[in-house]
Amino acid sequence: MSDDQHGATGREPVSGAQPPPAEPPGDEAAAVTETRQRVRASFRGAADHTPEHFQRLHPLTPLFRGWGFLVAIVVFGGQDAWRYGDPGRLLMIVPVAAVLAFVAGFLTWWFTRYGFDGEDLRIDSGVLHRRSRRVRMDRLQAVDVVRPLAGRLLGVAELRLEVAGGAQSEAPLAYLSLDDAIALRAELLARSAGIAADTPEAPERLVHEVKFGRLVGSTVLSGLFISGVALVIMLVAVGGVFTFGSDATGLGITIPLVVPGIIGIVAALWSQLVNNFGFTLAESPDGFRIRKGLLDTRAQTVPPGRIQGVAIKQSLFWRLRGWVRVDVDVAGYAGTSQANQTSTLLPVSTYPEAVDVLRQVLPGADPASVPLVRAPRRSAWLRPIGWFRLAFGADDRVIVAREGVFIRTLTIVPHAKTQSVRMTQGPVQRRLDLATVWVDTTPGPVDAVIRHRPPAEARRLVADQAERARLARRVDVPEQWMAASSTRVEVGDGDGTSAASIGTNGSDRVSHHDEKQDPSGHSDPG
Amino acid sequence: MDHVFAPFGEAWQPVSRKLATLRTVILLVTVGVLTLVAVVLLGPLVGWRWTAIPVALAVIALVWGLWLIPRNWRAWGYAERDDDLLVKHGVLFRKLSVVPYGRMQFVDVSSGPIERRMGLATVQLHTASPATDARIPGLPPDEAARLRDRLAALGQARAAGL
Repeated sequence: MSDDQHGATGREPVSGAQPPPAEPPGDEAAAVTETRQRVRASFRGAADHTPEHFQRLHPLTPLFRGWGFLVAIVVFGGQDAWRYGDPGRLLMIVPVAAVLAFVAGFLTWWFTRYGFDGEDLRIDSGVLHRRSRRVRMDRLQAVDVVRPLAGRLLGVAELRLEVAGGAQSEAPLAYLSLDDAIALRAELLARSAGIAADTPEAPERLVHEVKFGRLVGSTVLSGLFISGVALVIMLVAVGGVFTFGSDATGLGITIPLVVPGIIGIVAALWSQLVNNFGFTLAESPDGFRIRKGLLDTRAQTVPPGRIQGVAIKQSLFWRLRGWVRVDVDVAGYAGTSQANQTSTLLPVSTYPEAVDVLRQVLPGADPASVPLVRAPRRSAWLRPIGWFRLAFGADDRVIVAREGVFIRTLTIVPHAKTQSVRMTQGPVQRRLDLATVWVDTTPGPVDAVIRHRPPAEARRLVADQAERARLARRVDVPEQWMAASSTRVEVGDGDGTSAASIGTNGSDRVSHHDEKQDPSGHSDPG
Repeated sequence: MDHVFAPFGEAWQPVSRKLATLRTVILLVTVGVLTLVAVVLLGPLVGWRWTAIPVALAVIALVWGLWLIPRNWRAWGYAERDDDLLVKHGVLFRKLSVVPYGRMQFVDVSSGPIERRMGLATVQLHTASPATDARIPGLPPDEAARLRDRLAALGQARAAGL
């Protein structure tokens, strides 16, 4: 929402991170005034003193953040002392550095305070260079509670708020006591949903749980693990063949080469077994809740309507057991350093289970039953292996694209989440009379690409997809998904049928609202 | 000739002819400078006879470029529909984008030093997807400003959440 739409050149923001919810027609003047006030308020906020009711992070935060720094000091100081052969130097440096680190950590902690300022969460930080950051609650894309191993021992957690467009978690609150983190998460989600801030955490229903045995099996059958094991066995065997009697030169040469294989095995174990240990997916009026982790644990909450796209993937060896994994695009997760962890909806499940979960994640859609149309045979010129896997289909809710032979992929994008549609045609494609259609979504692991279609069909698909996306946007889950006034009025939208469906949608939300305010439905997930 | 990339309904708006002129100028200057450098370096080092190679390459680049530039200019086009903006471009690799106004996050108007001298500007739409390819170069500044304001207004009116 820009106040200044008449600047000569340069970036012209239509809104901050995303466009605002549509204002009812006629209220534009009021909306502009409100925008101005908001902009002014946020400018004043930067210079403002932090309000009295704002809270500080957990008092152990400086210790927690400082330990890495201390380790570095000990390592460098130790090297230094060793070089000069004088351990006294280390004994001098470490206490001084520790005191400095403690003072710096304490000041940072003292000057960092957070709280709600109007509708927005505001985080003030910085000792010399003050920073005041506001996060609009209706723009919240996900809330994660991350607990590193040491944090679990001490009962503290990090709260991460994800908003679209951030290069990293825009507002990580590290660290809070676990109770504070959970209470704040409930408040964030309630405000984001558009209901009373003191609404207790909503009850949840378990959707899927990954059994330990299957997790182990899926790790063992991963490409990384199998190739790592194969490499190790091969090298040891080759080394053994060239080892004669007590002369171990063969093994001496090959053993160091084993290291990459072992790294691969450990990476496979880590990414699948350790990170996804005890994986559960649950549904609640707040959205989907994912909990996982063996050493560090992570509890993610993705509110309704925040999932931008879904991809079902099956790697080569998982086909033996019929296992698949499901990845999602959530705006805000992409770009974080842990994007490959946070974007997992199901680390391993059978195909029917995955389809069942998808029906719940994308309400009203049944991606598995969408009829698919294969690419024409001549696309084999451009994709000799796997042209017969290229296919797409669309119903009134989602568009589905299939590809891949070694890693089979089924990509599903709800029409309402289409950002733009593109058609491209390269020189070889033109010779073959083919074109490719791209349905663009927010950044993440999901990309819907419909390759090598006859141009007339591709052209029709582009036109249809633009139209389907336009209709779907009108009835999509509103940003404040529980607000009583969630009836969204689109300017210039005189379509009776879609207005009716918006109406039912709205009353749906109201009933959810009541359910959520029921105090008996209180639950306490960790 | 090309029904596949024809617009949906309306006619394509062409971009300014000056875009071709701009690109021709850039081509001439680049090829000229590179050829001069090559000739000056090669001449004293390996003999003036060998300078024929860069000169021949330059001629080929010029002929090819001068043939391609007008075609590429003609390939650019955009159309403002009720709910979305269409942009197409490319001769060898042809591209057509449909960007709904409601999906727009912000609009860029930019103009480089040579572009400014020739009275040209580039308008680019951004959505939440980095893949969105909606850039219109070679617009007269008035048209660029009009398009920017219209896109911003329509983006506001048709706005949808992510």
